[in-house]
Amino acid sequence: MVTLIEGGDLVDPVNLTVERYDILVKNGIILKIIPPGAIRTGDRLKVIDASGKIVAPGLIDMHTHLREPGEEYKETIATGARAASAGGFTAVACMPNTHPPNDCRSVTEFILKQAERAASVRVYPIAAITMGQKGECLTDFGDLREAGAVGVSDDGFPVADSELMRRALEYSFYHGLIPISHCEDRSLSREGVMHEGAVSTRIGLPGIPGASESIMVYREIALAGLTGRPVHIAHVSTAASVELIRRAKNEGIPVTAETAPHYFSLTHEAVTGYNTLAKVNPPLRTSYDVEAVRKGLTEGVIDVIATDHAPHSHLEKDVEFDKAAFGMVGFQTALPLTLQLVREGVMSMPEAVAKLTSNSARILGVRGGRLVEGETADLTIIDPEYAYLFEEKHIVSKSRNSPFIGMNLKGIAELTMVGGKIVWKRPV
Amino acid sequence: MGELPLKTFDHKDLLSMEDLSVEDIELILDTAESLKSISRRDIKKVPTLRGKSVVNFFYEPSTRTRTSFEIAAKRLSADTFSLSATGSSVVKGETLLDTAKNLQAMRPDLIVIRHSSSGAPHLLARGLDVSVINAGDGINEHPSQSLLDLYTIREKKGRLQGLQVAIVGDISHSRVARSDIIGLRKTGAQVTVCGPPTMIPVEIEKMGVRVVYDPREAVKNKDVIILLRIQLERQNKTLFPSLREYASFFGLNRDVMGGARKDVIIMHPGPMNRGVEITSDVADGPCSVILDQVENGVAIRMALLYLLIGGAKGGNVN
Repeated sequence: MVTLIEGGDLVDPVNLTVERYDILVKNGIILKIIPPGAIRTGDRLKVIDASGKIVAPGLIDMHTHLREPGEEYKETIATGARAASAGGFTAVACMPNTHPPNDCRSVTEFILKQAERAASVRVYPIAAITMGQKGECLTDFGDLREAGAVGVSDDGFPVADSELMRRALEYSFYHGLIPISHCEDRSLSREGVMHEGAVSTRIGLPGIPGASESIMVYREIALAGLTGRPVHIAHVSTAASVELIRRAKNEGIPVTAETAPHYFSLTHEAVTGYNTLAKVNPPLRTSYDVEAVRKGLTEGVIDVIATDHAPHSHLEKDVEFDKAAFGMVGFQTALPLTLQLVREGVMSMPEAVAKLTSNSARILGVRGGRLVEGETADLTIIDPEYAYLFEEKHIVSKSRNSPFIGMNLKGIAELTMVGGKIVWKRPV
Repeated sequence: MGELPLKTFDHKDLLSMEDLSVEDIELILDTAESLKSISRRDIKKVPTLRGKSVVNFFYEPSTRTRTSFEIAAKRLSADTFSLSATGSSVVKGETLLDTAKNLQAMRPDLIVIRHSSSGAPHLLARGLDVSVINAGDGINEHPSQSLLDLYTIREKKGRLQGLQVAIVGDISHSRVARSDIIGLRKTGAQVTVCGPPTMIPVEIEKMGVRVVYDPREAVKNKDVIILLRIQLERQNKTLFPSLREYASFFGLNRDVMGGARKDVIIMHPGPMNRGVEITSDVADGPCSVILDQVENGVAIRMALLYLLIGGAKGGNVN
């Protein structure tokens, strides 16, 4: 079976171009990328009309929580993969804070087995840095790599011990695993539940100062400088963090960074009214921080946009604010919110696509991120002009915790293809 | 008893001082003024809220506020029921919303809630049809305390507009401070907050107050000084080194008070730590109106109950 994707504008995030090409897909592989109309359609050709649409390499989300094993009532690998495909993602990396945590080969293999059964998007497990994410001793990085892990992170339970983190950087490099750091000095954030600022003061909620992030960002940069080994900074939310990463990159320190759409779309004002849907860690910051994150994206200080998709049920969200869980779902809002930045001139279309594709592929060391002949046909067809009111019923994930419900969005994934197979088509 | 004001109070709940207009505040204070005399009669009861039920739902220990609400309800002939976290299904793991919905199913008219989580009364008010009064939520607000403070100040000073008020203590963790700041600013008073730098929340200036760290400077030329309770359990949690140190640098004693106006009034929401934030000679001295606050608290809570569940139906207080 040969498929022709016809008339779309192809985005090349490596050469930063947008050009009209047709794509021939055969046996799951990109057979040819050819000038439009060069092939005459015939009976033996399945045609996908992409005219007026963007054809991008399949989006890769390097920071997600799929909740399986352990919290299947929030999300499973199958439901999470389907939700990811609805957002235009063809691959997701999932964090290890499951129950049990992904700190050994059997859990990594289980995740990959479930992903295979789901037969949807690609799933790349991120394993824990320390056993039980307790911050005490390293997990078996080599064994985890062989099982299929692509990175290591203790995500929400950042490694407090600096010597241990140094060793993690040194040892993970040897095994080709990227260490990903959720930067938070928990002795400073303590019982904080939102950004410490004018809003937390006004509505009487314990605050998490911006410094609790930047202190740890600097520690990771210092360790990367000390060891010469790369580190990836997860979900950057403050102006100070952006500045530290900018300086480190200028000095040639091997640091990369991601942010999440909520950090460039919302401020701490979203928490007003004790809105637990806007409770997330790191917390939503000030408009000054939002501007800095946007500037970091423009200047390439921030390499990647990842969702930090964190599904929670109403049991964790319909409660007192300080008792509510941190996190929000993000698969289906990432693309429209990123395209909003393109419309506002923060990034060009290819730059934005790079942050959702090639940059994440490069950092994780996985395939994809670019449409090239001979490569696996992982691609996303995007309608950047499709405007809609984002409603709860649109959410494909098992959980509905999005602060963007009720907002007008523009841009949507029309079709998501993984290995030549259509895993998502926008319902009419 | 004086004549009740004729204006209407168009609120289902009282969650925050933010929700009240200046007219609302005046209405509550005027209503309290006309209800206050009931408590001084031989027979301290009127039938206004007969047949109404008020639930006091206290997740946190409280003596003063709980008793005050209970007495207020009883003086208006409402039936009252009390629930505490320890004696309820909260200990069995029921969520706040479920507990509240079960309570609502028993058809009370109003729930008074005290809770350790900021925003808990807001959660309740969103989920329930009955009226909700916030009797203190976490470190957020305590609106009925603020209203009784405003009442007491107006009673003693004859006005609120233009008064100079200092609030001294742990501003960060005080729901009284937050509600007082909002209420005082709305009614035209000037507010200075004072405390150790560890207890002044970031960007508090944005709430329209001045920050002063030295209590001597803070009390200078003030008409009103509101002291906050130092929560002893916060000691050794990095906020202040010792009670002794707090008392000697931030406690209010006669010496510190020297710079205040001669007709200054001293207020405290209670319970007091004598010898820590306030010395006994000040607490019991001629400037203290601390017990007036307690008495006025009953009147304010009667007014709130009346306006929220009695007023609309034209209940007759006589």
